[in-house]
Amino acid sequence: MSGAWVWRVSRWLLLLAFAAFFLLPLVALLDFSTAVPRTGGRTGAAWQSLLEDPQMTAAIKTSLLLALFTVIGMVVLLVPTMIWVKLRVPRATRLVEFLCLLPLTIPALVIVVGIKNVYAWVTYLVGDSAMTLTFIYVVLVLPYAYRSIDAALSSIDARTLSEAARSLGAGWFTVITRVITPNIWPGVLGGAFISVALVLGEYTVSSLLNYETLPVVIVLLSKSDAPQSMAASLASILFAAALLVVLSFLDRRRRTPGGK
Amino acid sequence: MSVSQSNPSSASSTASAGLAVEMTGLLRTYGSVNALDGLDLHLDPGEMVVLLGPSGCGKTTALRILAGLERQDAGTISVGGRDLSHVPANKRDMGMVFQAYSLFPHLTVLDNVAFGLKLRGRSRKDRRQRAGDMLDLVGLGEQKARYAHQLSGGQQQRVALARALAIEPAVLLLDEPLSALDAKVRVQLRDEIRRVQMDVGTTTLFVTHDQEEALAIADRVGVMNAGRLDQIAPPSELYSSPATRFVGEFVGLSNRIPARVEGEVAHVLDARLPVLAGSAAGAGLALVRPESVSLVPDEEGHAKVATIAFLGPVSRATVTLDDGTLVLAQLDSAAAAGLVVGGRVRLEITPSPVLVVGA
Repeated sequence: MSGAWVWRVSRWLLLLAFAAFFLLPLVALLDFSTAVPRTGGRTGAAWQSLLEDPQMTAAIKTSLLLALFTVIGMVVLLVPTMIWVKLRVPRATRLVEFLCLLPLTIPALVIVVGIKNVYAWVTYLVGDSAMTLTFIYVVLVLPYAYRSIDAALSSIDARTLSEAARSLGAGWFTVITRVITPNIWPGVLGGAFISVALVLGEYTVSSLLNYETLPVVIVLLSKSDAPQSMAASLASILFAAALLVVLSFLDRRRRTPGGK
Repeated sequence: MSVSQSNPSSASSTASAGLAVEMTGLLRTYGSVNALDGLDLHLDPGEMVVLLGPSGCGKTTALRILAGLERQDAGTISVGGRDLSHVPANKRDMGMVFQAYSLFPHLTVLDNVAFGLKLRGRSRKDRRQRAGDMLDLVGLGEQKARYAHQLSGGQQQRVALARALAIEPAVLLLDEPLSALDAKVRVQLRDEIRRVQMDVGTTTLFVTHDQEEALAIADRVGVMNAGRLDQIAPPSELYSSPATRFVGEFVGLSNRIPARVEGEVAHVLDARLPVLAGSAAGAGLALVRPESVSLVPDEEGHAKVATIAFLGPVSRATVTLDDGTLVLAQLDSAAAAGLVVGGRVRLEITPSPVLVVGA
């Protein structure tokens, strides 16, 4: 038995093991959400109710909008800041990195307890909407988005590119939006995807602040209508996975020579 | 999204006749180091001046301050009579080529070259035309649709040159544009840069640490040392009449042969040579070029041949004087054929003026 053969077989075994590890729970979710109890038949009722149950559709809408706003907030806040720090105040790099990674070290529970007082004011000023969660979510996704964008920013010679652009007549706004950002786009997309995945799965903060986001409603429903809650879980996982595929496809198309 | 930058000098830069550049009393310190220590530099319209010096001599700082990418602590800069001392880089109208590859990776070659024109609000047709012309000028008209990563290093620097010239800059700034390239491409591109520069007539400041490069393409070479200009002169003058010890030793190869100065004459070995201004009086070392030294086989000679290296048309020989001094001589290979390693020779020195420095 040759070494290459062993290698090939063990590679397939590993692949299958991992596939099983990841896919079996999903298959179980699918099975449970479509099974008719006792008869062994199949039904799409749970899946249909995702689109019909007003509580569920509202939660899906809320979470998707939150994901969108969080991504916008993250990009608008983080991308220019990081580029600016890289080009103009490199000695602040450590500080910004520390601040961005800070949310990672504080448990969500602690953040909620601390932020509840602030939110009394937020609700007072901008109204009581689940969309106000955007503020917290932007903070929560900072560590992940920072890493992703930082990697992209380190892979280009941002200083030389910006100096070249400036010598050609570009102001700082143009340098950031039209020279640096297009070249760190894969990192920004990566950060955006992680943010979406994070927001779609965030339970602690929204639950404690009493907002009905998708994870909160899934947990709520699991007590009354388990199949529907399973269907929603599976749908949100598949949605996040699909988003990943789409984003990586966009990214690859940009980098293919000749593609625009 | 169109962010057009105001460009106050676009009217004056349409002519490619070249503008005079005046840098006066430039001072720049980093911590306790004087990167520029009161630099004065003048460039005539259309002239190419090369700043030459070892790393850390302040040449790049001078160029970056002229570009507006760094601030001077004191001193003024004017181009074509317009004071630019406190004008930001993006309003100075200077085309710059960097040592590091600086093409925008997300744009095609054509879009790179057209970038500055777009910022100046030129029409699409206009900028494609101009960018195409510039690429033809640097011989890359066929590569318009490519991306930077599909080009060689030399091609990238040519595109960068085209991009810098596309905006019809008041001044062209070249910051060691060739040092990332291999030797053959370097020589080729160097000559091409000079050809293009003379074609468009843009006043140009070129910074390099490579003296051969400097001497080959400059109208005038400025040798910098510790934040100051030691000497600025046409290449041949710089080579034949160095003003300071630093210039004499940095530019070209020099022998240092014990000498004694009496009045206007230096006694070097058996030769009597006129001395250059700035020479030390009394005993010192004469800076003698290898090609000024000829070797004549002579049993009574006071030197012995140590090595002979054949370099094609010329050969280089080192000889040891009786006092132990090593002297390098460059000879026609025909003349070198009469020499043998270990043989005794007499040194003859061409009576051109020499700089004598303190020992």
